[in-house]
Order: sequence, then structure tokens, then C-alpha cells
Amino acid sequence: MNISAAIWAMQAFNGLSTFCVLLLMALGLAIVFGQMGVINMAHGEFLTIGAYTTYLLSQVSERWLPALANWYFFVAIALAFVLAGALGLVVEHFMIRKLYKRPLDTLLATWGLSLIMQQAFRSTFGAREVSAKLPDWLMGSLKPTPTIDIPINGLVVMGLTTILTAGVLFALFYTRFGIDVRATMQNRAMASAVGINTARIDRLAFGLGCGLAGVAGAAFTTIGSTGPTSGSLYIVDTFLVVVFGGAQSLFGTIASAFTIAQTQATTEFFMTGSMAKVLTLSLVILILMARPQGLFALKVRR
Amino acid sequence: MTPPAAEAFASESLLVTKGLSVSFDGFKAVDNLSFSVDSGEIRALIGPNGAGKTTLLDLISGKTAPTTGSVMFKNREITHLREYEIVRSGVGRKFQTPSVYESLTVFENFEMAFPDNRSCWSAWRFRRSDEVVAKVEQIAELTYLKDRLRDRAEILSHGEKQWLEIGALLIQNPELLMLDEPVAGMSPHEREATGELLLEIAKNRAVLVVEHDMDFVKNVAHVVTVLHQGRVLAEGSMDEIQRNPKVIEVYLGH
Amino acid sequence: MSGVLQSVRPSSLRPSLRHLTTVVFEGQRRRENLYFVVLAVVLLGLFPLALDNFHLNLIGKYLTYAFVSLGLVLCWGYGGILSLGQGVFFGLGGYCMAMFLKLEASDPASTSIQSTPGIPDFMDWNQLTSLPAIWVPFKSLFCTLIAIPLVPGLLALALGAAMFRRRVGGVYFAIITQALASILSILIIGRQGYTGGVNGITDLRTLLGWDIRSDSAKTILYYVNALLLLGAVALSFSILRSKLGRLLLAVRDREERVLFTGYDVAAIKTFVFVLAAVYSAIGGAMFTLQVGFMSPSFVGIVPSIEMVISAAVGGRGSLFGAIYGTLIVNAAKTFFSEGFPELWLFVIGALFIAVVMIFPNGLAGMDYARAARTVLGWFSKLGKMRDGGSGRPVVAVVAPVVPSQPRIKVEGQ
Repeated sequence: MNISAAIWAMQAFNGLSTFCVLLLMALGLAIVFGQMGVINMAHGEFLTIGAYTTYLLSQVSERWLPALANWYFFVAIALAFVLAGALGLVVEHFMIRKLYKRPLDTLLATWGLSLIMQQAFRSTFGAREVSAKLPDWLMGSLKPTPTIDIPINGLVVMGLTTILTAGVLFALFYTRFGIDVRATMQNRAMASAVGINTARIDRLAFGLGCGLAGVAGAAFTTIGSTGPTSGSLYIVDTFLVVVFGGAQSLFGTIASAFTIAQTQATTEFFMTGSMAKVLTLSLVILILMARPQGLFALKVRR
Repeated sequence: MTPPAAEAFASESLLVTKGLSVSFDGFKAVDNLSFSVDSGEIRALIGPNGAGKTTLLDLISGKTAPTTGSVMFKNREITHLREYEIVRSGVGRKFQTPSVYESLTVFENFEMAFPDNRSCWSAWRFRRSDEVVAKVEQIAELTYLKDRLRDRAEILSHGEKQWLEIGALLIQNPELLMLDEPVAGMSPHEREATGELLLEIAKNRAVLVVEHDMDFVKNVAHVVTVLHQGRVLAEGSMDEIQRNPKVIEVYLGH
Repeated sequence: MSGVLQSVRPSSLRPSLRHLTTVVFEGQRRRENLYFVVLAVVLLGLFPLALDNFHLNLIGKYLTYAFVSLGLVLCWGYGGILSLGQGVFFGLGGYCMAMFLKLEASDPASTSIQSTPGIPDFMDWNQLTSLPAIWVPFKSLFCTLIAIPLVPGLLALALGAAMFRRRVGGVYFAIITQALASILSILIIGRQGYTGGVNGITDLRTLLGWDIRSDSAKTILYYVNALLLLGAVALSFSILRSKLGRLLLAVRDREERVLFTGYDVAAIKTFVFVLAAVYSAIGGAMFTLQVGFMSPSFVGIVPSIEMVISAAVGGRGSLFGAIYGTLIVNAAKTFFSEGFPELWLFVIGALFIAVVMIFPNGLAGMDYARAARTVLGWFSKLGKMRDGGSGRPVVAVVAPVVPSQPRIKVEGQ
């Protein structure tokens, strides 16, 4: 196999990795923002919770339960979901619940929340970035040919992304809960009139979105280190992914994450990472100027 | 340009729609609809819920863009115009629920509608002139609001808000006035007054009114158009419409 | 009645109606004029007399942020458009000024040790051998003074015209302006040779030979800044009291009605957005002059949103509130970052939440009487709990009603 094909393959893999990162981030937000219309600027911090949970668990297993060292990661994913989700429920109850009719104010309040959470991380874990100690089986790489090198952690993130996306799609479109969520989001008064407890649905949907962010955070520890502001680095990109896809369409979110990731990965090949990001974000904004409803949007009578 | 046939047809009427359609996600809300309204006439649009009445007003006023078809106003295609351009060309529209500026007085509400000083710069330089005051008083008298000019719009009754909105439209002297359910929620006395108001203002313009109150329609409308599933089902005087078997089927049948 | 439409009759009502306004009550108008005088006295008299040079300069720095807050009151409080990218305009104005000052500080004589003398030091470090084309106009003070409002104004015009014409507003607009802030700060940091990178443009010395670092220059710049700010407040009032001001409120509360009354709503929104951008740019330029440098840390998302919170704390519906709010928030920021840096994020985070959930109209719009009753209510509840619910009223207070700004309607309520 020649070198250019290998470069192409690696490049495609990089694009796919970026796609998975964006999609993992955006999945939770697609529910919280796309479906419920809540602008949760602290979404990135819920992700950070998942990452720190994984880090803590790796420390615990290393010190006290070396037998678990190979498998703690799966426990971490579950725990990340539970912790981030539970905090999401609490936040919904004390804050979001009172702001459903004031989306711009939600934005400000959750930004405040994100600052508080960042400082809490810094006070607890220190300002330096930390890394979870990964089990050995995650660290290797596959070498289908001598020139192609595919890291296993990247494959694991992809697998996790696939499972989570499928899970969210299933939950939204094939379960009672999903029907209730979609009904509530489309017509709150009507949903309430047919006996759906809309307050409960709001709470659960928000908790689910935050839990998903937590899982994304756990997955991210396999490809990078974690600092107090790790989550906030991604928040604007993530919102753009959801908006670009057409806020209410989950398929749109997937397509948009894919488009943005491929553009980013391709342009990165030709220029520095930061200029590639500038170019990608600018393209997204230009397209949104021409097509503000995003890539996929329902045409409805306004 | 416009084909000669359409021009000949259009020159008779103030507003002409031809083959107008719009669909929302596959659902055809208005389907190949052609009709026309003449100046000086009061036209009522009736039809069961979901017949496409409000959507038709949306299409004419530019709020919704049609999938296909044309809207001609004064022999001019207006489908490509922006909402405010359509208003400035002489089409006024009242919404279903009264839409007035609650925090302003009745006087200021009227004044905001005065068809001048519409650009940012001239709105900033705007000074209240005798002409504006006189025009506002005249319209206030017509719409039974003369004694309420100093009151904030939020304390008006539902019916008075409807009149305020109609009056604000009249200040612009539109040639076509479209009213979406103007008497909904009004007392019988207010309905009667509104009917008189419509008859008065239709003297030098066309009025297109969507209404569910059949007594009201019977009293004011010259011609009634019945919409059903986005199409014209019947057209004629109220008596003809009430005898029309298709209409009876739609309203009472199944 | 038939003649009414054609003839216009004289009326006895007319003289009084000509002066009839409700949104700005005559009393409120007088009160605002008084507040304006108070602000002028505070800025031009009280601060310079009471503060030493260091603190006066600090206040001067805060007042440059107040330009941004003023813009936000017009754009967000009155027009209903929340921009999370005001740092972009502040930064562009500031960079325009900084580029001029940097070129003046980089004359061939004082940069003779560089491999290419006569260009700014950071360009030399980044192996640039000639001045980039976008820097050339900033050799002239005249061009710079034009560019300061023009560059940000044109950017705001392009963005506003494209977005508002397609009726993008609210949340989407906020997110897109935020992305813009993110883009510009990445761009500035990434193109080090052209922009000075993450350090920004530093070491600015003179304006047409006048040393801006001296104490006397700083005092003069403070006065210039304060006067410009007062001018901006006066201009804002002239807009808010005109029909244009009523239109802004109408667009915020009843956009559709305004549109179907024949107004170009997009143009009105674009206008106020551009105005806010120009205010921010002036603030940015004054910041560069008074503080002596400009850096990407004033451009990105975080500073942009901090500017929003300053305006919100003071009161998004009050021009004066926004100025005092900016002073208070930034003074608090300085206080905490000097003494308790680890607490600052907790404080401002809590402030964000409190301003949204407890006092959405900010300090200017707070119902102090009600707040006092609420707090007293908590105390009396506590008291009841303590004495086992015997239910003795602890305090009865008749709080004075504080006159306040007209309530800004929080969306959706």
C-alpha cells in the first residue's frame, strides 16, 4: 500500500474521531437545547464531571482495587452518567424549571453556574490537568498495514458514540418516554391536557441530557487530559453543531457533527489547527446566515 | 412579464390570487387557490377550522411564502415583496388576537402607525405635528376611541383593543384591509358597532374579513367565499351560500 | 360620520395632545435629567477630587466598559437583541487605536536593534520583514479615528443585516455572536505576526508625541473618556425619547405588529445593533489609550459575557443603572482578584444566577420595598420557627416606595 493511501486513511480516521467527539458532546445538548430549548451553557461542565469521575475511579482502583484496574472504565461510564444526571436533576429543580419561558435568561444563569462549577473543580482537583490511568488494553493500536496506525482508544470512543446515539434515538422514537418528551416539547399545553406530567418529563429530559454529557466526559479521558475548564472549551462548538443541524432534528445534529468534523479535519491538513478552526466556524456562520433554520428543519406555519 | 390574459383579468380587481399553493411538510394548507377581491367590497372568508383562511391571509401579507402561484395587488406581483413593502403598497392586516402596544397610550398607538417617518433616522427626528394629531383624532372618532386617547392600551377592553388595531391600520389608509376574526370575543353591542365601522370604512377600500360569526357575516359581507381544505368550495351572497348543498355538507355533514 | 375620512377638523384637544406622552412621563423625564446631572457631577467632579491618580485611572478603565453596557441597554434591554459578542467590537476599536499607537512607538530610531527596524517588535520576532498591508492605514491618526467606529460598525451591519432580515433572533443570534467572539480571539492569538498574538499589542507610549503614560495625560484622558460617555448617554436618551425609542420597545414586545405596520423591523434592529457596536468600539479605543495596551483577553467569549452581566446587574432597562452596574461589578472584580482570586468566579457566578432569578431588572429596577419585605419575611419565619410557631409577628414595616425605571418586561412573562 502506498503512502498517500495511508495518509488518506489516517486522515479519514482523524475526521471520524473528531466527529465522534463532537457528536458525543452534542447528543446531550440535542436533547436539552434541541428538544427542550434550554440553553445550558454549563453543559461542558457536566462533561467535566464525567471526566473527573473517571479520573477519581482510576485513582481508587489503582490504590485499593488493582484487580479492577482493567475494567474500572466501564464502572466509570455508568457512574459518570449517574453523577452528572443527578446533578442535572438538582439544577433543573432549583434553576431551569423557573426559567423555561425566558431562554436568554437561562443562558446567563447557566453561564453563572458554569463559572461556579469551574471554580469548584479548580478548588478540588487543582488547576493542573489530570489524566486517568488507562487500562493497558486501551493503550495499544491496530496496525492493519505497516503504515497505518489506528489507536484502540479512538475505536472505543467510536463504539461508545455509536451505542449512545443508537440508544438516544431508540429512547426518543421507540419508547413511551420518548413520545412523552416529543409531545411535551411540541405542544406543552396539549401534552399536559392529555395527561402527561410535563414537569416530570422536563426534569427527566434535562437529567438525561446532563447524564449523556457525563458519559461523553468519561469517554474523553481516553483521548485527553482533564482540567477545570476542559468542558468550556467545547461549548460554543457544540452549540453550533446543534444549531447548524437544525435544532429540533436529531438526525440533523448527527449530519452536522459529521460535516463540521470532516471540514475541520480536512482543513487541518492544510493549515494550523487554530486557523482550521477559524475557517470551519466562519463557514458554519456564513451558511447559517444564508440558511438560519439549519440543515434540517421542519417547515411549519409560524 | 404578466401574460395578457391575466392582465385583462387583473385590471378589474384590486387583489387577484392565481393558483396559490403552500404546503407545510407535505400538508397542503392552501391548494391551487384562485380568487379576487374588488375595491369597495366587503368579502367574507368562512370555512371550518383548518380550511386555510388564516394561511391565505399569511400568503397575501407576505408572512408565509407560497410554494407556487401568484398574488397580484393593483396589477402588481407582490409575492416576492417583503412584509413591510406589502404593507406600504396598501395592504393592512389585523391579527386574530388583538395586537397593540400595551405600554403606549391609545394616542401613541395610533401615532406609531402614521405612515410617515418610517426609517430609523426620520423616526428619531420625528416631531408630533398638527397633521398627525388631527389624523389621530379623526380615526379615534371613527373607531369609538375618542375619549380614550390618553389611556394606556393595556387598560382597554378586548373589543376596544380590536378597534384600536383596526384604527391603527386605517391611519395608513390601506386599499385592502384584511381582518382576522375582528368580532371574536365582542359583546353584541360591540359587534353591531364593528359592523357599522366596517360598512363605513369599506366605502373607499376593499375589506377581506375572516369570521366565524355567521350573523355578523350576513350583516356586513357583500360576497362570501367558503374555503375547505385549502380550496374555494363556493362563492356568492350569504343566501346562496346558505342554500348551497356542498357547504351544508361540509359544515354539518359526514 | 361619512365626512370624517375626508375632512380634518380642528379640535380643542389638540394643544394638550401635542405634549402628551406616556412612556416618558414628564416627571420621569425631569428625574432622568436630574440623574444625568448627578452622573456628570460624580464623573467630572467627585471622582477626580476624591481619588488619587491610580484609582482615577482604574475608574477610567471601568468607564470604558460602560460604553459596552450602554450599547447593551439599547440593544438588549430596549431592542430585545442579546449579543454575546460585544467584546469583538470593543476589541476591534481597541486594536485600531493600538495599531496606530504601536506604529508611532516603532519608529526606526527606537527599533534600530531589530533585524527590520521601523516595524512593531512582535512582527520582527515573527520574522516579518515588512509592514502588512492592513497595518498601513493606521500610520495616519485620521484614518485610525475613522476606522475605530467604521470597522466594528460595518461588521455589525453585515451580521445584523444578514441575520435580522432572515428573522434570526433571540437565542440563535446570541449563540452566533458568541461564536464570532470565539473566532476573533482564536484568529488574533493564531496570527501572532500580524496581531501580537496572545500578549496583544503592548508598550504603547505616545499619541502624536504626547506621552500618554504620564499622570497628567492619564487625568486628561479620564476627562475625555468621561465626557464621551456623557455624550453617549445624552445621545441614547435622545433616541429613547423619540419615536425611534418607542419603535425599539415595540419591536421587542410586538415584532410582528411593527412589521405589519409597514416598518422595516430588520433595519431598526440592525441600527441599534450597529449603534451598540460603535459604542463598544469607542470604549475599546479609550481603553487602549488609558491602559496602554490591547490584548485578545478583551475580545473572547468570557469578557463579552462579563460585559452582559455588568449591564444586567445595573439594570438592562436603565442607562444609568448600566453605568453604575459596570462600575460596581468591575470594582468587585478588582477587589476579589487582588485579595481572594479563588472566590471571584464563585461571586460572579452567583451574581449571574441572582440577577436572573431574583432581580431581573437589575439594581435600577429593583423593587427595594418588596425586597425589604421579603427579607423581613424570612426573618419573621425564622423567628416563628424558633419560638415553636407561636406566630407572633416579629416586625411590621412600611417601606417607602422607591421610584424606579419603567419595568422592563422579561420575555415570556
